[in-house]
Amino acid sequence: MAAPHRFPASLLAEPDPFDDLAEEERAEPGAEPSRPRSVPTVGEVASRTRPTVLAVERALPVLPALAGLFPGGLRRGITIGISGVGARSLAIAMMVRATATGSWIAVVGDPDLGLAAAAGQGLAMERLVVVEAPDPTGWGPVVATLVGAFDLVMVAPRHRVGAVDARRLAARCRERGSVLFHLGAGPWPDRLDLRLVVGAATWTGPDAGHGRLWSRRAGVTASGRGMESTGRRTELLLPGPDGMTGGA
Amino acid sequence: MSGAATVDAGVRTLVVRCPDWPLTALGVGPLQPALVLASGRVVATTPAAREAGVARGQRLREAQFRCPEVRVLERDDSREARRFEVVAAALEDVTPWLEAWRPGSCAFGVRGPVRLSGGEVNLVGRTARLVVAALDDLVGSSAGHPGCGIGVADGRFAAGLAAGAADASVVDGGGAVVVPPGGVPAFLAPLPVAVLGRPALVDVLVRLGLDTLGAFAALPAADVVARFGAEGRDAHRLASGMDGRPPDPRPVPPDLEVSVAFDPPVERVDQVAFAARSLSEALHGRLSDSGLACTLVLIEAETEHGERLARRWRDEGVLGPGAVADRVRWQLEGWLHGPPATRPTSGITRLVLVPDEVVPATGRQQGFWGGASAADERAARACTRVEGLVGPGSVRVPEWRGGRDPGECLALVPFVRRDGDGPGHPSRVVAAGADGPPWPGALPGPLPAAVHVDPATVEVRDAAGRMVAVDGRGVLSAPPHLLLSPPAPGGSAATGAGDRVVAWAGPWPLDERWWDPRRRRRSARLQVVAADGTARLVVLEGGVWRVAATYD
Repeated sequence: MAAPHRFPASLLAEPDPFDDLAEEERAEPGAEPSRPRSVPTVGEVASRTRPTVLAVERALPVLPALAGLFPGGLRRGITIGISGVGARSLAIAMMVRATATGSWIAVVGDPDLGLAAAAGQGLAMERLVVVEAPDPTGWGPVVATLVGAFDLVMVAPRHRVGAVDARRLAARCRERGSVLFHLGAGPWPDRLDLRLVVGAATWTGPDAGHGRLWSRRAGVTASGRGMESTGRRTELLLPGPDGMTGGA
Repeated sequence: MSGAATVDAGVRTLVVRCPDWPLTALGVGPLQPALVLASGRVVATTPAAREAGVARGQRLREAQFRCPEVRVLERDDSREARRFEVVAAALEDVTPWLEAWRPGSCAFGVRGPVRLSGGEVNLVGRTARLVVAALDDLVGSSAGHPGCGIGVADGRFAAGLAAGAADASVVDGGGAVVVPPGGVPAFLAPLPVAVLGRPALVDVLVRLGLDTLGAFAALPAADVVARFGAEGRDAHRLASGMDGRPPDPRPVPPDLEVSVAFDPPVERVDQVAFAARSLSEALHGRLSDSGLACTLVLIEAETEHGERLARRWRDEGVLGPGAVADRVRWQLEGWLHGPPATRPTSGITRLVLVPDEVVPATGRQQGFWGGASAADERAARACTRVEGLVGPGSVRVPEWRGGRDPGECLALVPFVRRDGDGPGHPSRVVAAGADGPPWPGALPGPLPAAVHVDPATVEVRDAAGRMVAVDGRGVLSAPPHLLLSPPAPGGSAATGAGDRVVAWAGPWPLDERWWDPRRRRRSARLQVVAADGTARLVVLEGGVWRVAATYD
């Protein structure tokens, strides 16, 4: 019996995309696929030869009063959840120093944010952008766009954020070195790198009709990756008697 | 004054101005009421709309109130530029030295072409015929465009004003305004100072009682410089009929030209525009290294088959990197998407930027660390992108307004990307100025970090369970003891124990705009701290307490 006729492999394979080329230019059907380009692009060379980035440089500056919570500054590329009464004041306080050194803030879907209070705490208002809450389907792409371009992005979603969106945002933060703030006690489907809870506040200033609100002493509990399981607790003046955030 | 003018008179210039160009470019004729809107403001109107009271700078609502049937169009820069390229190309029959100012107006020096045409009258007539023929071709009929205005005078400033004053409907050169040589000071004298286009300076001049250019020009130049500095000097020179800047004998250094070659040739405008952006930044860098700024730039593009398109672009302000990149895009849009007769037959292989006229850079003060930073640029691009995703007006930035309530001090205005500068908006005010008006009765700081857009009603009760009221003298009827949220509409009557008040301050009465019966507001504000440590700002207005803000 004759040996079974064998079809050339090239006839069984997908049509060759370059079959309009001359015979000698066509890739050999049996040859190994073309090797990856050995000449690196300029971007690759730049990233290889870039000097080592120190951890200190990968952080955004914070007010001296917050140095206890963030020794060495606010690490870039993390996600932070802030809840409790006083969350907005704390979020603004964490951003004040970074905006003063040129970072931009985007706030998505928080119509209640008190702009005058933010200005009063020293936030650079010329670098603040407020974005209306997009509808839930468009929320992910909009926030992802902002995370790529703004150092600080604060979101206060009113809808249930999808797990895919949350993971993608966290990855994008790590890649771009932006910090994402999630405001409020609403659920966040992904694990946050840092969770801050503002609690137990006492106000000084008002008495029965006299005086005015003057300063607030609040306890802030931080928990998250790389921290002791009980969390780290600090007392802060939110704000202090001079209107700025101070250490207690 | 007149002696100085003859010494220093500007170059005799012919200016062609197509009135209402944004509308003509969009294909709207002068007879139908229409307006073009850019960032919420009217930027151009048709004569029909103007008759109804629509004017530039109005908001859309005001324009529609005056002329309800007006057609509203969005501005389309690239279309304006693309269509104007047809007019500019037609004028190349008259002179190769055409300077485009912006889409809709261009100019050229009269001295050369006037010899070929045999007199200024013939030159004006020929120019008008060429432009009107090009417009007719473009729009398809002579009723679809308002014609063009032509002005001839010594110096660009006067020629531009003459072109604006020319009656565009008269076609054959008769409607052009030709200011005789030496006649510029007399032509300018009766015009209002507002035409100088420097709002801050004009405001001061008007308050000084100098409301015409003639009155301003009559001031001694030395006094104007002493009082208003370099900007005042330039304005004074313009008002006296001279060139805006004193002549600068420095020649353009020869090595300032920058170019980029494309291999393979590119066919798409956005690819060229992308390269043009970095190219114009390189040009800008070279210029600022020599302490220069550019007011006239030559943009030259070459194709694989050797076709060339060169066009001069002038801006009396200084052309920044963004402005140059825009002009490259406009010019190439017009060329690559133009009528088939003038369209190039192959891709573009080379792009050259030549600064044709430079001035000492005195202008924009850059930020301490150099102009708009990379972060600013990135942020602006992202804003534009998000606006595209969510819709116009969805991205907003704060602007200082002032007021007594924490919610009204800063207003959010739509984000607008300015041409040529970063999004840092040097003109946007975000904080109270030192000399701003005081706001007696404003809420004392620290201010609440959450100002509720939709304040919830609340019942403020005293210890006896009665509603707390504020009398006409601003005195509380009783100390507040309890904050009770009213029952939900469908819910049960029981609302729980409410928040007990542990400390309170106020009330601070507020009586605003008592002279205006419609916008008058009377309210009393009270700061209350609940037992859980939450401080709130409650406001009594019209007999109802609401939680206006939370000290979040």
